[in-house]
Amino acid sequence: MTDHPPASPVSRRSVPLWAQILVWGFLLGLLVVLGIGLARVQRPVIAVGRAVPDFTLPLYEGYEYEGLRQVRLSDLRGRVVLVNFWASWCKPCESEAADLEAAWRLYQPTGQVVFLGVDYVDTPLEGLSYLVKFDITYPNGPDMGSRISAIFNREMGVPETYFIDRQGILRYIKIGPFASLAEIQAILDPLLER
Amino acid sequence: MLIYFGFGILVLSFLLALFASGAAAYGYFARAAAWVESSRRAMQLTFPLITLAVVSLVYLLVTGHYEVKYVYTVTSDSMPLYLKITALWGGQAGSLLFWSWLLSAFASAVTLRRWERDREFLPWVVVVTAVTLAFFLSLSVFFENPFDRWWLLPGGEAVGAMFQPAGSGAAFPPDGRGLNPLLRHPGMIIHPPMLYLGFVSFVIPYAFAMAALVTGRSDDRWIRITRRWTLVAWLFLSLGLVLGMRWAYDVLGWGGYWGWDPVENAALMPWLIGTPFLHTTIIQEKRGVFKQLNMALIILTYLMVIIGTFLTRSGVLSSVHAFAQSAIGPMFFAFIALTAILSFALLIRRWNDLKGEIILDRLLSREALFLLAAVVFLSVFFIVAYGVFSPLVYEIVTNQKITFGPPWYERATAPLLGLLMLLMGVAPLSAWGYSNARTLGRAIWKPALPTALVPLALAWLGIRNPIALTGFTLVGFVLFVTLYEYGRGVRGRMKANRETVFQALGRLFVRNRRRYGGYLIHVAMVVMAVGILGIELFQSETQRSLAIGDEIELGGYTLRYDSLARFPYTDGRLVTRAELSVYQDGRFLVTLAPRYDLYPDGQPMTIPGIYSTLADDLYVVLVNWENPLASQTPFKVYHNPLVNWLWIGSLIFIGGMILTAWPPKEREREG
Amino acid sequence: MSKPFHIVLFLVLLFVSLAAHPSPVLAQQATPSDDEVNAIARQLFCPVCENTPLDVCPTEACRQWRELIRQMLAEGRSEEEIIRYFVDNYGARVLAEPPRQGVNWIFYLVPPLAFLTGLFLLGRGFYDWRQKARQAAAQASPPSPAAADEYAARLEEELRKRR
Repeated sequence: MTDHPPASPVSRRSVPLWAQILVWGFLLGLLVVLGIGLARVQRPVIAVGRAVPDFTLPLYEGYEYEGLRQVRLSDLRGRVVLVNFWASWCKPCESEAADLEAAWRLYQPTGQVVFLGVDYVDTPLEGLSYLVKFDITYPNGPDMGSRISAIFNREMGVPETYFIDRQGILRYIKIGPFASLAEIQAILDPLLER
Repeated sequence: MLIYFGFGILVLSFLLALFASGAAAYGYFARAAAWVESSRRAMQLTFPLITLAVVSLVYLLVTGHYEVKYVYTVTSDSMPLYLKITALWGGQAGSLLFWSWLLSAFASAVTLRRWERDREFLPWVVVVTAVTLAFFLSLSVFFENPFDRWWLLPGGEAVGAMFQPAGSGAAFPPDGRGLNPLLRHPGMIIHPPMLYLGFVSFVIPYAFAMAALVTGRSDDRWIRITRRWTLVAWLFLSLGLVLGMRWAYDVLGWGGYWGWDPVENAALMPWLIGTPFLHTTIIQEKRGVFKQLNMALIILTYLMVIIGTFLTRSGVLSSVHAFAQSAIGPMFFAFIALTAILSFALLIRRWNDLKGEIILDRLLSREALFLLAAVVFLSVFFIVAYGVFSPLVYEIVTNQKITFGPPWYERATAPLLGLLMLLMGVAPLSAWGYSNARTLGRAIWKPALPTALVPLALAWLGIRNPIALTGFTLVGFVLFVTLYEYGRGVRGRMKANRETVFQALGRLFVRNRRRYGGYLIHVAMVVMAVGILGIELFQSETQRSLAIGDEIELGGYTLRYDSLARFPYTDGRLVTRAELSVYQDGRFLVTLAPRYDLYPDGQPMTIPGIYSTLADDLYVVLVNWENPLASQTPFKVYHNPLVNWLWIGSLIFIGGMILTAWPPKEREREG
Repeated sequence: MSKPFHIVLFLVLLFVSLAAHPSPVLAQQATPSDDEVNAIARQLFCPVCENTPLDVCPTEACRQWRELIRQMLAEGRSEEEIIRYFVDNYGARVLAEPPRQGVNWIFYLVPPLAFLTGLFLLGRGFYDWRQKARQAAAQASPPSPAAADEYAARLEEELRKRR
């Protein structure tokens, strides 16, 4: 290898301003994306105590809400809403299906509570067989385009259940299946008393 | 007892690393050589210390101390010994410790070198490596302690912690949960360590680059010192990637080797910058130009190493490979931000000092072609990074997920990879400094002649796919150019020194190891390209349910389904194993036994049966997800033409790398 | 008793309502083969697992989706219809790449643009260096041959001598 002669004096032009702005802008952008990404992983998309953004759930035939083929969350103000995410391929969901249905039959006559079953990434055929199999009667529908689950949880793992109070504020999050009817009651009753 | 010993050692090493970075910095500013020397000793001491911690953890793993949370999560009684040992890097906490251990090994090794001429680098090399080490150790000490043990709270809940929570009792689970089945593969012994070695060893050139920037030494000393380190880092990273491909091919059962998964991409990104870095540093050594570019490239490589590690370990990117969600995210984020900002600030401050007099007026000189190749590499890098980050940004903005799958990456990168092959062919023929169209044309026509025969031969064989024709022609071009270069070198030596062919070839490698070893790596790359083109363009597959005795045909092979057996294996998994006889032209070739294993935790593993020849692979999967019965067993058969050349190419690659990176004998060493 | 009927009725309604032309029920054909199902499944990604193509995804959910594809194929629906159905139901993430519409075009335009920008910067660099070299040549003495790669140079020399 040869040695080079020392570099001859060059113009003292530093990094041009536009290049500096570009570099720092890129870096800042990268850090912001990483930071927000990290914050989203660490925090749930929606927190207890916050208002739930509005959504519309299309409903399966035979599982309408008061005869309607779709239901909007904002139309349910004044009532306590239980949103349950499930799927026919989800084994743990099966263990809570009977308790949820029992709770629905308990609270439906009061007219103060609405249960919404959201069928998360499922096929209609299998979803409907599941509803038939567990004799479920409350309103149920598919989460078209996974838009509703995206409101509640980025990394949805079924089953998950969200309790929304009469003012549309999220009050309780249950990850995983309910162990008993009593557990559901213990969450719902205080919400009804408010 | 060993648990507390191990943790104590970790804390001690952490403090030592902190001390080393502080002492080195103080020693530099106060011009106190004693402090620098002390920091160097401290750095060297971390390696035996962390080795003790690693040995302690391995002992706990092997002896089944399930009261340790980490041991519980990654091992179980039924696992074979080699998997119990490799479980050291099978989970988050253990692999972080493993990282620190490798890092301390490299950092200690580099401080052992003789420093006469480059004494001023020493403090800053120590600062950079020690801060990095302290950071990784702090993750182990504060967030992901591999020595955490189980405690039973009064409520009956089990928690992992180092020290006994109030009112709790020690818990001793009788058996562990065991390693994730996907990781229970002999590839586990070698793939992660290679990748980690590749990642970790890039710290060394980065540390020297930083030292050069801080001290204002703008010559190429840092590159000359770290050249071999860079080569080694690149070798390990490449090996890690190739081994990962082979593992995926053997274990994941989807007939492929690379899925453009975010985590795979995270490992590819440093490689995509490290490779042009390797080439442009050669130009800096030869011609004294591109100092700024090389600094920027090594900083970017190192940033990609830590960002890639961050992405896969913090849960920001979800993927089949990702570690479980972890608390180390914010700390990691701060480290990345700090590293990035300081590195770039330093580079911008020294920008003028790094200005070389660039005389690149010949568009076809070798350095110009190298520069063009670097631009292409950086474009590929940009595309991959764009594909990794876009879903993240898209989700932040729209709250909707989006997929960037293989078709997107392949379409975006394929033309650039083709261009790189072309450059790989042309660049060796051009000369430093003074090539022009005439000299290059004079050099190129000889290898170009046989190359022209390649597409004709392929067309004669019936291949009409334009991508295949282009790709294989480029492969042929690089091969002929390389042969021509070897031939030219050998003939020159034979003539000048009156040597025989073999003597000349041998001396050629000895005298100009980097050049001719590098050509061998080029050959390896295009041989790998043959395999990639084969499987990407000509893969065929079919899936059918067979009853025993049924036959299925694909790619000129006939498979007959002979039997199905289901039995429990010693480690608790339930094995379902089918046997198929493979025939070609009525001739029996081999019996293939695809199987799937159901692990006690419910996770299935699909192991393909593979019949491999130089021309193609026959790859049979027992499609476990369709409920196989003996009467109706679903099989998926892939015919993967030429894929074996991917693995042959990687073997050549290893050879070329070792040839290039092997330390020279003392007398060969340059002054 | 009425439940299975219910399901059939629902599916028929669903398919009729989604179909562009109301004849699919008449276009019944033999059960589509695994290969025909996989040909479509390969283009889709599992909506629940990360980065797994539907044709090789081992989960129960994916098995159901493949059955759904088979069903829809049997109904005589086209590939585009099936893919559109999946996008409507499970979101754009089931596609192997972002749908080419609206802002999404930046995902397709930026990569080639980035490469072209790189080429442009390189070209401008060459132009500058050439100008500089020309000025230097005009001012200074004739340029000395840049003999860096002595080894190659020597080789060339020897080869020339042979001729």
